[in-house]
Amino acid sequence: MEAVINSGDTAWVLASTALVMLMTPGLAFFYGGMVRRKNVLGVLMQCFTVLCVLSLQWVLFGYSLSFGPGNSFIGGLSWAGLNGVGLEPYADYSATIPHQAFMIFQAMFAIITPALIIGAFAERMKFSAFLVFIVLWATFVYAPICHMVWAVGGFIRNLGALDFAGGTVVHINAGIAALVMAIVLGKRKGYENKPMPLHNLPFTVLGAALLWFGWFGFNAGSALAANGLAVSAFVVTNTAAAAAGLSWALLEWKFNGSPTMFGTVTGIVAGLVAITPAAGFVNVMGAIVIGLLVSVFCFIAVGVVKPKLGYDDSLDAFGVHGIGGAWGAIATGLFATTTINPAGADGLFYGNAGLVAKQLIAVGITVVYCFVATFIIAKVVDVVMGLRVADKDEAIGLDLTQHHEVAYTVLD
Amino acid sequence: MKLVIAIIQPHRLEDVKKELYKADVNLITVSPVLGHGKQKGVTELYRGAKETGNLLRKVRLEIGVNEDFVEPTVKAIVRGARTGNIGDGKIFVLDMSRCVRIRTGEEGSEAIG
Repeated sequence: MEAVINSGDTAWVLASTALVMLMTPGLAFFYGGMVRRKNVLGVLMQCFTVLCVLSLQWVLFGYSLSFGPGNSFIGGLSWAGLNGVGLEPYADYSATIPHQAFMIFQAMFAIITPALIIGAFAERMKFSAFLVFIVLWATFVYAPICHMVWAVGGFIRNLGALDFAGGTVVHINAGIAALVMAIVLGKRKGYENKPMPLHNLPFTVLGAALLWFGWFGFNAGSALAANGLAVSAFVVTNTAAAAAGLSWALLEWKFNGSPTMFGTVTGIVAGLVAITPAAGFVNVMGAIVIGLLVSVFCFIAVGVVKPKLGYDDSLDAFGVHGIGGAWGAIATGLFATTTINPAGADGLFYGNAGLVAKQLIAVGITVVYCFVATFIIAKVVDVVMGLRVADKDEAIGLDLTQHHEVAYTVLD
Repeated sequence: MKLVIAIIQPHRLEDVKKELYKADVNLITVSPVLGHGKQKGVTELYRGAKETGNLLRKVRLEIGVNEDFVEPTVKAIVRGARTGNIGDGKIFVLDMSRCVRIRTGEEGSEAIG
């Protein structure tokens, strides 16, 4: 392919990169509002630390391991320090924008994915252990999964499975890691299979708003061009988020007596998660069904299954991202149509049952690899330095014990 | 009639409430307060600068009880709030001269229950 830089495409990808960057602070407030007031800075600090640390990890060697030339499982180190990743297009990934624009767009995905896991270990993880964990996880879990799904020669990519903007790489991956961390860390002190009080719901709503806004960059930016496909992804993203938010509120109204703000924003995020892998392949009717149904699955996972199984996924990172991401990946196999994206494939409802099988294989590989690798990393960090804060510190809160700061004063 | 005032660790509140319910004490007022005892609070940082002697968050309970309930109430609070560490708090028991239930105008022992 002729590699010529297109200014419109480059502008859109850079703008999308900034949109996706904003999702991590958005997530910080989404999660920050959900914890008790003594832990809010702990959550904000973890999200911003991910931004700082993994921005460096990515340019030093993360990008090379994820997208650099290598085998079908992981890239090599030939692009370490962005060696050879310049301002000319790299046609295998994006023929019309500078290679570094693609790299920095992907950086924001590599940052928000580990940040999503924070929801599972909120309110009890030691900051030092968290730092080591995210670097190891980004290197040994994110990089190989990203390589297998998106890189040239990647094993899952070669299977023909579709993942437009990161349903497997980002959401199933983070969701399964979240489940593992919730199991390995154990419950928060005083957790008795019912929700802990959340301290600032308006923060959570603000965070959800920023996530919705940023998600346009996440999904429509994944077209890597300012074209019709980007517009289609933008439209289905908004549609699925809206359908899922409404659907969750209606479910609560029917089963719990009243629709809630917390439920609505949870549904919106679930909808955004589910449409992520499908965004570049489905039409607007597909998006509505994906959005309406994701809330049903996540509502059951969060409200019924979690209390029964008794693991403490503090902020439902698995219940929303794991379950929503799995539904999105499977739904892509059902609703994908080549009328939207000729480079994609037809799904079950367009006469091609084979795609669902490929999607299930992609989900299965991601789940198994992520579960095993995350479990090993978590156990190693636990043995070497301990994952959890002392009981006394957990009681006082992470803000004061890990960072010696408080978010709110009681007097003045 | 006595007024029982207790200053406890915030995270013990749920356990203290459970113990009080078990002792059949169901009326309670709770407020967030700041304070410190012998351990002189905590160290906080402000852009790297250390500030010591900051106050710790505590929870204050106020419970008005008839004489028969004084001991059970105090014991329930101790059971719920004790961790054995510094900072577990204090209980003060004061004489209470009058109690009025606003809704009915009842006074004294009947108004407490």
